[in-house]
Amino acid sequence: MSAPQLESLYQEIILDHYRKPHHRGLRDPYEAEVHHLNPTCGDEITLRVHLDGETVADVSYEGHGCSISQASASVMTDLVIGKPIGEATAVHEEFLRLMQSKGELEPDEDVLEDAVAFAGVSRYPARIKCALLAWMAWKDATAQAVDQTGGSE
Amino acid sequence: MTSAHAPFDVARIRKDFPILEREVRPGVPLVYLDSAATSQKPLAVLDAMRDYNERHNANVHRGIHTLAEEATALYEGAREKVASFIGATDSREVVFTKNSTEAMNLLARVVPLHPGDEVVITEMEHHSNIVPWQLACERSGATLKWIGLTDDGRLDLSNLDQLVSERTKVVAFVHQSNLLGTVNPVATIAAKAHEVGAIVMVDASQSVPHMPVDVATLGADAVAFTGHKMCGPTGIGVLWARLDLLEELPPFLGGGEMIDEVTMAGSTYAAVPHKFEAGTPPIAQAVGLGAAVDYLSDLGMDAVHAHEQQLTSYLLDGLHSVDGLRVIGPPTMESRGGAVSFILDGIHPHDVGQLLDESGVAVRVGHHCARPACLRYGIPATSRASLYLYSDTADVDALIAGLGKVRSFFG
Ligand SMILES: Cc1ncc(COP(=O)(O)O)c(C=O)c1O
Repeated sequence: MSAPQLESLYQEIILDHYRKPHHRGLRDPYEAEVHHLNPTCGDEITLRVHLDGETVADVSYEGHGCSISQASASVMTDLVIGKPIGEATAVHEEFLRLMQSKGELEPDEDVLEDAVAFAGVSRYPARIKCALLAWMAWKDATAQAVDQTGGSE
Repeated sequence: MTSAHAPFDVARIRKDFPILEREVRPGVPLVYLDSAATSQKPLAVLDAMRDYNERHNANVHRGIHTLAEEATALYEGAREKVASFIGATDSREVVFTKNSTEAMNLLARVVPLHPGDEVVITEMEHHSNIVPWQLACERSGATLKWIGLTDDGRLDLSNLDQLVSERTKVVAFVHQSNLLGTVNPVATIAAKAHEVGAIVMVDASQSVPHMPVDVATLGADAVAFTGHKMCGPTGIGVLWARLDLLEELPPFLGGGEMIDEVTMAGSTYAAVPHKFEAGTPPIAQAVGLGAAVDYLSDLGMDAVHAHEQQLTSYLLDGLHSVDGLRVIGPPTMESRGGAVSFILDGIHPHDVGQLLDESGVAVRVGHHCARPACLRYGIPATSRASLYLYSDTADVDALIAGLGKVRSFFG
């Protein structure tokens, strides 16, 4: 039935990022590389983080998976590259909150930008992990990169 | 045997399964094509379990009061039904477990293995016939060997003579693959294994529900299957094994029910099958499985199999007609059953499954607990449609129409 319901999951923004992902491909330099997978569905991502002092200088990735997981990786890189680690982490937390909201939260477009398109995903418990895969990989890699560079926090 | 059964009438059979009448959302009827994950249950099974709980519930083998006698008779009666369903000559060869997974773990736990021994499995196994043997090999120092796959989804038996040797103690493989639908040549592999004195275990989780399986002629020494895929409830599975093998093997779990005599110095064990059934068993579930077996026997497994074969052929034709669709597994009806995996060019199975659900069509997506096989075919996941005795051409038509919508959505 409900094209509306379906469209709330597969927003045009998501399909756009899926078809033309941003920042895709593994790049040098980087301080940490991680490989995360979603064991229930086989979505996979290899992700690198490059820090420049306190700033997320680059995030590059390669992976395969469903439209939600791939689009989320693309949107995530747009949101964190160029930001101070603390600010990027705050965006991550806001996105996490949105994913846990069961569709009850009005997303903050100023913080989340294109990621607001994922609001509908929070109503599909089986898909939340897909949307979070890249974010979790980024968080993990960033923590490792901070350790590597003897980061300040 | 077949002549005694009423003609196979799917429309009538569907009425035995109330869930098939439900809608997944208002106006969207359920199209259930995920029976390889779990089958639906007919009223006869639901009624038998309810009757057991309402009228006969008691613990088994532990009392002389009327209910305890009745419960014991029902539980042991279920064992006899299952035994005769699979052609076992002696019901003591039927060990009740929680599911197939536990049945295979049981065997992998108790078969003696030593450093230098080898266990042979295949690349199309379900994780439940991989991990228990990996664990057993880690524990014992034995080595795990793998039978590979061909491009069209069959076992590559060309090097069977090298893989199975004097060192081989166990050869364990799936009868019908849940991922690929392939039906494997049990007799051929078993003959080779028996030449070297190895134990042959067959994972029959996807065959016992769908075709006549006769353990007396199959060639296996042990067979595992699971109640919930054969019209029965969850929480009950079966390990069938040759009586002499069961008698020779040490116990699995320890506890009540499985002992003969317990002293502070040590214990002796009950006779099989009770030696392998520690603790209060899943009694209502066994009763439910007994009713499921009656239901299947009344339909006739030959007739069930013939129906599914016909419908699988219809399903394959339908899938082959979808643009950009590739079947993973045997593309023809030769030695295959009604679980059909496929991928759609450029559209991830997750998205396929999600969009099909919008049309009420339930398929499974993912690696189907058979990741080594997915890796073999270079795919992270598939979509899988799987049929059962209550599936009909309308189900298949709904799937094919749904796939058309998926293509246009992502096209
Ligand atoms: C071939 C095969 N083996 C084993 C299993 C495990 O069954 P269960 O989860 O009931 O133990 C399954 C079902 O998922 C299966 O399809």
